[in-house]
Amino acid sequence: MNTTETTKTNLLTPTKRLKRRYRAEKWFKRLGLTAIALSLSFVAFLFFTIFSDGYTAFQQSYIELDVHFKAEEFTQEKLASANYPGLVKEAMSTMFPEVTSRQEKKQLYNLISPAAAYKLQDTVEADPKIIGTTQKVWVLADDDVDMLMKGKIDRNLSQGDRRIRNNQLAWIDRLVKEKRLEMKFNKTFFMTGDSREPELAGILGAVKGSFLTLLITLSLSFPIGVAAAVYLEEFAPENKWTDLIEININNLAAVPSIIFGLLGLAIFINFWGLPRSTPVVGGLVLTLMTLPTIIIAGRASLKSVPPSIREAALGIGASKMQTVTHHVLPLAMPGMLTGTIIGMAQALGETAPLLMIGMVAFIVDVPGSITDPAAVLPVQIYLWADSPERAFTEKTSAAIMILLTFLITMNSLAVFLRKKFETKW
Amino acid sequence: MYSYLFPCILLISTGSYFWGASRANTVADTSGGIRNLHSLPSHYGMLTAMSSCIPALLIFVIWQVLEETIITSLVTKSLPAESLGLSANELTLVLNEMKNVAFGGFANHNTSPAIQAAADLYLATMNWWRNLIGIGTILCAIIPAAIAYRCINKDLRARNLVEGTVKIFLIGCSLVAILTTLGIVLSVLFESLRFFQSVPFSDFLFGLKWSPQIAMRVDQAGSSGAFGAVPVFAGTILIAVIAMSVAIPVGLLAAIYLSEYASPRMRTWAKPMLEILAGIPTVVYGFFAALTVAPLIRDIGQSIGLQVSSESALAAGLVMGIMIIPFVSSLSDDVIHAVPQSMRDGSLALGATRFETIWYVIIPAALPGIVGSILLAVSRAIGETMIVVMAAGLSADLTFNPLKAVTTVTVQIVTLLVGDQEFDSPKTLAAFALGLLLFTFTLFLNFVALRVVRRYREQYE
Repeated sequence: MNTTETTKTNLLTPTKRLKRRYRAEKWFKRLGLTAIALSLSFVAFLFFTIFSDGYTAFQQSYIELDVHFKAEEFTQEKLASANYPGLVKEAMSTMFPEVTSRQEKKQLYNLISPAAAYKLQDTVEADPKIIGTTQKVWVLADDDVDMLMKGKIDRNLSQGDRRIRNNQLAWIDRLVKEKRLEMKFNKTFFMTGDSREPELAGILGAVKGSFLTLLITLSLSFPIGVAAAVYLEEFAPENKWTDLIEININNLAAVPSIIFGLLGLAIFINFWGLPRSTPVVGGLVLTLMTLPTIIIAGRASLKSVPPSIREAALGIGASKMQTVTHHVLPLAMPGMLTGTIIGMAQALGETAPLLMIGMVAFIVDVPGSITDPAAVLPVQIYLWADSPERAFTEKTSAAIMILLTFLITMNSLAVFLRKKFETKW
Repeated sequence: MYSYLFPCILLISTGSYFWGASRANTVADTSGGIRNLHSLPSHYGMLTAMSSCIPALLIFVIWQVLEETIITSLVTKSLPAESLGLSANELTLVLNEMKNVAFGGFANHNTSPAIQAAADLYLATMNWWRNLIGIGTILCAIIPAAIAYRCINKDLRARNLVEGTVKIFLIGCSLVAILTTLGIVLSVLFESLRFFQSVPFSDFLFGLKWSPQIAMRVDQAGSSGAFGAVPVFAGTILIAVIAMSVAIPVGLLAAIYLSEYASPRMRTWAKPMLEILAGIPTVVYGFFAALTVAPLIRDIGQSIGLQVSSESALAAGLVMGIMIIPFVSSLSDDVIHAVPQSMRDGSLALGATRFETIWYVIIPAALPGIVGSILLAVSRAIGETMIVVMAAGLSADLTFNPLKAVTTVTVQIVTLLVGDQEFDSPKTLAAFALGLLLFTFTLFLNFVALRVVRRYREQYE
């Protein structure tokens, strides 16, 4: 019976079994494609949410005030001692003369950021001749006004549910109509350090802190990493010690980064007594963290230099050290640089170990040296993400956009280097 | 304060390089050409330069470490007699005040004349010593260089000496890895041992209640502190399980598709896109989890009538899973690539479909490697910090409900150690004990995983 069936089946018409096998094949292929599509759509979704949340942060609402710099306010010797908040309030009251009750006045003044007074002070100090005149000055609006202007506070909610009251809404509408409330490019964001007021918070302090930290990391981890890779690949005898070092490096590459933070806290801060929250300690911790990456990449690129180069150099009488420094190392350098850039990108994005060594402090000043307390970009993102004010959400997203820009630039540089100097032997 | 020293040392050693090299050239001239020298003139130069900068830098570093102790002890000896009778704590206070006066420069009106005098003495002593060390360092740069210079003759094996020194430097650099591991073990172990003196090891490992608040006052109620780490482990495992159940299927399928089905063109753009996921900082994922995914899950849950807390294990786990996808996929991609082509060809030649080849031939062959890469990914998930800190919450409930807030080892380490802390309370020491467990566990996972992967590679090489 069996034989009759096999003779009957035509090889060109698929059997049931074959159909099933092909169906399984098709389904499996689709499953794989779905997996890739899924992960790529995660990337797209993440970038989309960050961008749509964050792009508004590059603009900020400003309000134009007609400030009368009354001469009697500036009788004291120092310009700084004048009552600038009073001037702001007066300018607002003259603009809205109908507001009289105490409570309403307070709500009116709340439309302006506390930074306005400093802005007036700067204006006067830059040009003292304006005392006694009336000047048009653009000052920062409060963060709630800003959120309303960006459509992030819903006007249609009942008054109790939103942070802007109805009368404030009317004033804002009037200001907009009179072209006194406008969105301008947010220079503050790029020029200042952190602040408790969202409209004043800037990224410069964190960028500079990250820069100083990475400077320390780079200047330590690159030479040490290259030297270690050269020793292990070119000089080390094959014995238990070298094996131990190798296993160690591979394991360190996979140790959770927070553990490096514990090491930094216990040794660099408690034992050596280095100052907390500073780029020095951050740089040291990140050095230890990125070293395995750099060593592994360095060894790989040394391995890819063909032995014929070494033999040729040794053959014409170079010493082992000369072979390495004159011939092998220059050829392996592009690969090592690529590894180093990738390690630096890793260090730039790292947060957890820096939390351990106290880089989460609220720091307003832009750090000037490696021993000043500083924040770094990812930690700034973490701090802002924790802040309750609505306006900090967009600042966080904007900071993330800046961080990602740096990271993507660094990674593309690494890819470019690899492509450009890739040698096929 | 020492700003002049480094340029000085640099200048002296650069100078001695040329000095030594030119001396070698003169020696060569008198003995009939460079080929009669043992080494190249530049080696003699390097030797002279090294002998000037190495001792100088050594002295400088040693002084930097000891400065504080030496000067303080010198000043303490000359303090007025009354303060010598003080207890150790009070003495520290006096010394601190003195240093504040000396460095802060703020003339506090309350400063007693004795402290003021001590501060002046401190400054004077420090300046005297610093000048001494400055001169000493420079002498230490010049004298050895001069000796090396005198020693240069045609038989001096300068190259061997220079290369030997460089090699010692190289060895030192490669030992940094071992020192790091040692540093981690020691720092975590010592603090943990201190912790286990106040909390028994078994209570820590098997206790069911975690609330690390220590009473501020003796009479305060209900906060004696409980250090049972089981709820913390449970939360860690729960989140890791959620993460892996996202990352393993998606990552593996993506890797298989990319290495077996995808056209070369697709590979070239899809792989870097996937790697973008690996390059995104974890704090960004944390922000994404806390502000986008967690509210989304809560809303979906509420719409089908489920109680979802706003910081759920599910949100943190899902986002962590997304983060780990590229680890799983790129590691397994390597592993699948290592399976010899002949095995694929053999299976296909027997009439198997591609799916059957993958299922019955490639996956079994690559299984050890795949398991290894999954283990590495698990260790990543357990050690991940920022996502869980921002999205998983702090409540140490013993629950396996993914819709509730849980806490993890890393979250607890962060919350216990961030902010001001004293280093003798069990609360902060508990963080080190958790760190020790985390380190041991991930080390074990990595060790096993790396061994498995390595053995697997050797099998096909």
